[in-house]
Amino acid sequence: MKVRSDDEDVLADQIVEEGSASPADLIYTENSPALEYLQDKKLLAPVPRLTLDRVPSRFNSPASDWVGVSARVSVLVYNTRLASAGQLPTSVMSLAAPRWRGLLGIAPGETDFQPIVTSIARHYGKAAAVSWLEAVKANAEQHVYPDNETLAARVNSGQIAIGIINHYYWYRLKAEIGSASMHSAIAYFAPGDPGYVLDVSGAAVLKSSQHQRAADEFLAFVVSRRGQEILAHGDSFEYPLGSGVVTARALRLFASLQPADLTIADLGSGAEAVALLHQAQLL
Amino acid sequence: MATLASDLTSSNPVRARRRMPRALLAASCLVAALLLLPLAFLLLEARQVGWPALSQLLFRPLTAGLLWNMVRLAVVVTALAAAIGTGAAWCVERTDLPGRRALAMLLVLPLAIPDFVVAFGWVSVLPAVSGYGGAVLVMTAGLFPLVYLPVAASLRGADPSQEETARTLGSGPWRTFWYVTLRQARPTILAGCLLVSLALLAEYGAFEILGYQTFTTEIFTEFQVGFNAPAACALSLVVVVIGLVVLVGEGSLRDRGRVARSAHNSRRILPRQRLGRWRWPAVGALGGVIVVALGMPIGVIGYWLVRGGSSTLPQTASVANAAGHTVLYSAAAAAIATILALPVALLAVRSPTRPVRLLERSTYIVQGLPGLVIALALVFFALHYLPFVYQTSGLLIGAYAIVFFPLAYVAVRASVMQAPVALEEIARSLGQRPLAVRWRVTLPLIAPGLAAAFCLVFLSAVTELTATLILVPTGVETLATQFWAYTGNVSYGAAAPYAAAMVAISVLPGALLGRWFDRRPARTGDLP
Repeated sequence: MKVRSDDEDVLADQIVEEGSASPADLIYTENSPALEYLQDKKLLAPVPRLTLDRVPSRFNSPASDWVGVSARVSVLVYNTRLASAGQLPTSVMSLAAPRWRGLLGIAPGETDFQPIVTSIARHYGKAAAVSWLEAVKANAEQHVYPDNETLAARVNSGQIAIGIINHYYWYRLKAEIGSASMHSAIAYFAPGDPGYVLDVSGAAVLKSSQHQRAADEFLAFVVSRRGQEILAHGDSFEYPLGSGVVTARALRLFASLQPADLTIADLGSGAEAVALLHQAQLL
Repeated sequence: MATLASDLTSSNPVRARRRMPRALLAASCLVAALLLLPLAFLLLEARQVGWPALSQLLFRPLTAGLLWNMVRLAVVVTALAAAIGTGAAWCVERTDLPGRRALAMLLVLPLAIPDFVVAFGWVSVLPAVSGYGGAVLVMTAGLFPLVYLPVAASLRGADPSQEETARTLGSGPWRTFWYVTLRQARPTILAGCLLVSLALLAEYGAFEILGYQTFTTEIFTEFQVGFNAPAACALSLVVVVIGLVVLVGEGSLRDRGRVARSAHNSRRILPRQRLGRWRWPAVGALGGVIVVALGMPIGVIGYWLVRGGSSTLPQTASVANAAGHTVLYSAAAAAIATILALPVALLAVRSPTRPVRLLERSTYIVQGLPGLVIALALVFFALHYLPFVYQTSGLLIGAYAIVFFPLAYVAVRASVMQAPVALEEIARSLGQRPLAVRWRVTLPLIAPGLAAAFCLVFLSAVTELTATLILVPTGVETLATQFWAYTGNVSYGAAAPYAAAMVAISVLPGALLGRWFDRRPARTGDLP
């Protein structure tokens, strides 16, 4: 098996460009929009029912052509010396307030950032999303980072007080540098807040694949008990979604998460979020 | 870089051949066409996007912000690099600075360390070194040798009689330096400055690590996020226009930069300027520069190697495996670039007619195109016209050969200029066929230049990041891509071995190269 690793947008774009000549059999992405984009382009093969049934249907493709594998939520990360839990905003919308100027870091180039933008646009409309982005951009000023890993590390080392990331970046940082070096913590937004977004990682087989059977078997394995156990114990710190497997890591219980009411279809292909980021000159 | 060639060899008389060899001309045209392909693809892509969409993407506040970031960085870094490079060259070549031989070598070595590794060296231990200030520090440290190297060479080769005259007329050392030495070196300094600006325009990795937003980081983001090829194309156009403007500036300087000298091969020894009580401050200053540019990145790599560190990111390629790919691709590209440079150099030196000069100029255009832009143009081309070469090692090697062609050309052209035509003519008159003459006479004469060209390209390709990230074949990791994956994950301990391997591989050709540059010009002040 040959693996090409890159940002999900790059890979999705590449497959679209390659079209039916694509040498890829499978695609496994961090977020659902890249898969929805390929679905829009009619490039994905249907996933067998037995595989889909391993995962609650709300985490699968509405059109049944990709299967959810794992999930994570967006959270606030804060430096425990520079901010205290009590001061933190309970809504992502409050991050636009002037009091966070020079204290907030963001990574808008990350595909993980787009679902938050989409979520805000769904709740309050596109205009509100753009003004939120503009305010957040002004607050972040010199603290616009290329990725969530860097953002988490910079908050931890005290370059900046708070940031929006997905929960697992913080846990991975902790696993890498050890608890003794951690000077940060994570905080959850209020239940149902538009900043409290649950993102799904998923996998799909391409219609153009020459190895459909083997690819289908791979998907079945990924969501099987054995496949999900690997995720549950692995270093990704994501929540397994299939076969009733629960994470073995010390994370907040999956069942107790209270993310914004947002479906896979609501998150869409991410194109709208990119357009809004462009409008706010963040891209 | 072309400036180096003309400066180093301008003392050599060139004799034009009467007949222009047709095969050479055909080969050169092919090479020029190949080098212009990326620009052609970019324009083709721009046409597909269409002007209304392009202008919408171009004329917005983001572009202005990027332009401002580029300009304020270019002005300050270029000025600092000029001051440090010229000052260092003067100290090493013209004064009784203690330890100047060792310093001469150490001042070139930062070129062997890629700027993204220098950035990593600073940021991984001092995250506060970021943004504009960090970019100024890292880029000045990484790029000042581009001024130092040619200025030192020109000081060594320059006619000392003017300085001598000034001094005998009672002009003090500082006055002499300011009014004579600096004036003589001015064209070379300016040419070095333009090289620095071009390098700044093309840099991606260091700015990404430092969190400083420029055109290249934004083009890369547009390429990565939101499937946005048109936006990447629009910004690429801006970069290309800036690059070409800088190049034209360099070209006009090169034409004006002829320096008069009293006689060829005037090998006189100019007494070295005594630094007196400035000796140790000068050593300290240069030592500081070397610590910032060389000591810090190497020390930090060592620190992370010893300290280690686990990464939650799985290792896709071992250091040996990644190094194998890096060496293979770089060597192939170095060979190809050197071979491509040969016909153009032979033609340009031996038959410098007006159309040939135009042809030669057209190959310089590549210098103005950042590797990122060339890589994206090739992606566009491969996807639309040659899908079977997309993401093969061939396309990556081809991209390297195009990106680094100017380096190979400088070295090859310089050695062709120094190969006496007379020897070929004698061989011809002895009844040897033209091809046999090329093979048995010309080739051995220019072999050292070819070796230098190979080294220059190899060294640069080993540490190439941007085009590699875009074009690397599926299932393959090079030292640069694996280093980048770990650095992006802030797993500095896991990234360090790959950086160490890159530096180790690039230092040997780097040292060879330093010796080659050292031997070129006639030594004036350094004779035993």
